[in-house]
Amino acid sequence: MSAFTDDMLKSMANVERTRAARLNSTPERFTAEEKEALLQAFHPDYSTKGFKVLEVGPNKGEKAPVELAQLLEGKSLLQGVAVDLERVDYDVDVLIIGGGGAGAAAAIEAKRAGADVMIVTKLRMGDANTMMAEGGIQGADKGNDSPAIHYLDALGGGHYKNVPELLEKLVTEGPLAIDWLDKLGVMFDKEADGTMVTTHGGGTSRKRMHACADYTGAELMRVLRDEVQNCGVKILEFAPAIELLLDEAGKCAGAVLLDYDSNEHIVVRAKTVIMATGGAGRLHYQGFPTSNHYGATADGLVMAYRAGAPLIYEDAIQYHPTGVAYPAQIYGALVTEKVRSLGAQLVNSNGEAFMHPLETRDVSAASIIRECTARGNGVKALDGVALWLDTPMIEIIHGEGTIQKRLPGMLRMYKKFGIDLRKEPILIYPTLHYQNGGILIDANAETKISGLYVAGEAVGGIHGTNRLMGNSLLDIIVFGRIAGIKAAEKAKTVELGKLSLAHVDAFAKEMEAAGIASEVPSPKLLPVYTHGRNAR
Amino acid sequence: MEQMVTVYLLGKEYSVPATLTIMDAMEYAGFKLVRGCGCRSGFCGACAVIYRIKGSTELKVVLSCQTKVEEGMCVGKIDSFPVNKRTFNIEEIKATDNIVGQLYPEIFSCIGCNACTKGCPQGLDVMQYIAYAQRGEYEKAAHASFDCVGCNICASRCPAQISHSAVGLLCRRLTGKYIAPKCEHLAERVAEIENGDYVTLLEKLKNTPLDELKDMYNKREIEK
Ligand SMILES: Cc1cc2nc3c(=O)[nH]c(=O)nc-3n(C[C@H](O)[C@H](O)[C@H](O)COP(=O)(O)OP(=O)(O)OC[C@H]3O[C@@H](n4cnc5c(N)ncnc54)[C@H](O)[C@@H]3O)c2cc1C
Repeated sequence: MSAFTDDMLKSMANVERTRAARLNSTPERFTAEEKEALLQAFHPDYSTKGFKVLEVGPNKGEKAPVELAQLLEGKSLLQGVAVDLERVDYDVDVLIIGGGGAGAAAAIEAKRAGADVMIVTKLRMGDANTMMAEGGIQGADKGNDSPAIHYLDALGGGHYKNVPELLEKLVTEGPLAIDWLDKLGVMFDKEADGTMVTTHGGGTSRKRMHACADYTGAELMRVLRDEVQNCGVKILEFAPAIELLLDEAGKCAGAVLLDYDSNEHIVVRAKTVIMATGGAGRLHYQGFPTSNHYGATADGLVMAYRAGAPLIYEDAIQYHPTGVAYPAQIYGALVTEKVRSLGAQLVNSNGEAFMHPLETRDVSAASIIRECTARGNGVKALDGVALWLDTPMIEIIHGEGTIQKRLPGMLRMYKKFGIDLRKEPILIYPTLHYQNGGILIDANAETKISGLYVAGEAVGGIHGTNRLMGNSLLDIIVFGRIAGIKAAEKAKTVELGKLSLAHVDAFAKEMEAAGIASEVPSPKLLPVYTHGRNAR
Repeated sequence: MEQMVTVYLLGKEYSVPATLTIMDAMEYAGFKLVRGCGCRSGFCGACAVIYRIKGSTELKVVLSCQTKVEEGMCVGKIDSFPVNKRTFNIEEIKATDNIVGQLYPEIFSCIGCNACTKGCPQGLDVMQYIAYAQRGEYEKAAHASFDCVGCNICASRCPAQISHSAVGLLCRRLTGKYIAPKCEHLAERVAEIENGDYVTLLEKLKNTPLDELKDMYNKREIEK
């Protein structure tokens, strides 16, 4: 029995009927004008309903997704709570908040630079978006490529909004990051002579996507975590940071944590702090499902904002074009872009390939939404509409066994729920995937607050308003390393004053003055799901 | 009307929709998960659970985010499993001298019961990769263990008390660093960058007017 419904199977027959013809023809790419029009009309970032203008804080007057704004202008978990800041539980040189890829890369470098380093994290070390990255990591290391070409790809993809100094770091230190990982023992896909196996990603002009099958992020994260453990970094799990600490002079000086097991507060004093808390998918902007891990709730943005660090492009969200639309058990999970890199086309209910499969993500998502809404060419799936991703094409183009070899994770995920994507196409719809914006840093990864560094998805500006696939795994390594090195260096000379939470009170006063009374606990830490059950 | 099934979560009876995964069923029942929930997509290994269908003797261990509920499931959780990870200096060890056997001598206690393989939710041949590790065939062990998500279900069932995930990881790091062929084009590019070869070019790009950049982008040649 097929896992698909009868209506789906009827539409699938159209996909199969047109497959042979489609194998020899790829639709033209959109022109610059077509792209602009598509985004304006169909990308969720251009919807007016999903956003709210911030009324307090460093980015007052700018718009942010409603769900994020509610947290930025929410009620501190420490408001009205007395925390004894004289009783310091941990005293370290460098505190890293977040045990994902950026945090781990930073920890390794800070430790190598001789600092006393501690990572605190919300779930387990490595329960993070990094673990889930499938597709790959960019790096301009081939003969026909260069950091300059990489720069132009990322700049155009980012709508020319990327902060030039940050983008320059990303692309020039890119190959160094790949080399660093290679030397730590990451198993990149290589040819017999050592040449990296690389593919295109949406918006790349050179094949510079390195991969470790479709477990790229998992492979990076496993190796980084192992190295963090090898080098003796202190790790505290299930203890999310809930507020930053400053000293009287306004320098960043540590954080207050919530111990999930004892429900007690923990005070960490640190000479420098690196925020590496990652993304925000679990805020479910505009009701979208998400590909992100359980703890992706923008905590770092909230804490840094309250302490006075400006954000940038907080209104630019990435919806991955291909989230799972069916079956229900993996709804919202990611179907890696590599599926399209390997030749699978996006096909509508009539069996037509309606767009080039490798447009940038924002354009692809907008085009899929148009096909499903305005053009009415979608397939009904669960409570929504979806389109086909014609995965069997991959085996026809590259030979039998390619999916097993290059996409084992995808194959396994679908198989568990009765679908063999080598034989049947799959149903997809955009899913909330990545936070393009975030906390503003300089080329040393430092924020406007002295001693507060940021790395990874919590950073804004590197990717402009749209990140290309593979540039995020790259940025967590490049800026994670920079943050680790710089934070360790600064820790050598910092003299901390008395620890303070005065900024939290000051922010609450500013809210009061603006007439905002919020009872939304913030940061959010974890989402709450009931899967359709009515609350009792 | 939604089809419902009866399940027993941590010993308590609940009626839950039949389409849910075990993880979702826990949330449906009202559990606020903190431990035992990570990526929710089958990559992180945080959510191993153990279950048997009421009345059956057979025990199964699975990832709760990747497994649908079934009628009569009695589910317990494995939130944390104490694996034995040995520390080492990756720069100093070599992929020779039985290094894996030295760090993890318990691999030689394997009795060949194959409980590890039977329990693997990723369908890996766990016992086979431990055998490769015993024989010093680290590259084979690396590839055979590559899809490991570190849920440690294998370790929970092993009478020889092996920490399989840690053994696999060591084999993979040795393979990545020492056994896989060196990448020449990468080494060349690194040397160029360290030599400052791209500084001027990027400086120029950073200072190119926007219109010109747009033109360059729209006309750039795209590798086939
Ligand atoms: C499914 C998926 C596939 C992807 N595929 C690719 C790809 O192929 N290529 C690519 O380049 N990028 C990809 N990305 C994006 C990329 O993986 C992430 O952007 C990147 O890994 C983020 O790394 P990070 O270290 O900044 O954050 P994360 O890896 O998410 O780590 C953040 C850590 O901080 C912790 N944390 C959060 N809040 C707190 C708090 N209050 N206190 C303490 N700790 C906290 C989290 O629990 C987590 O451990 C993908 C992302 C997803 C979700």
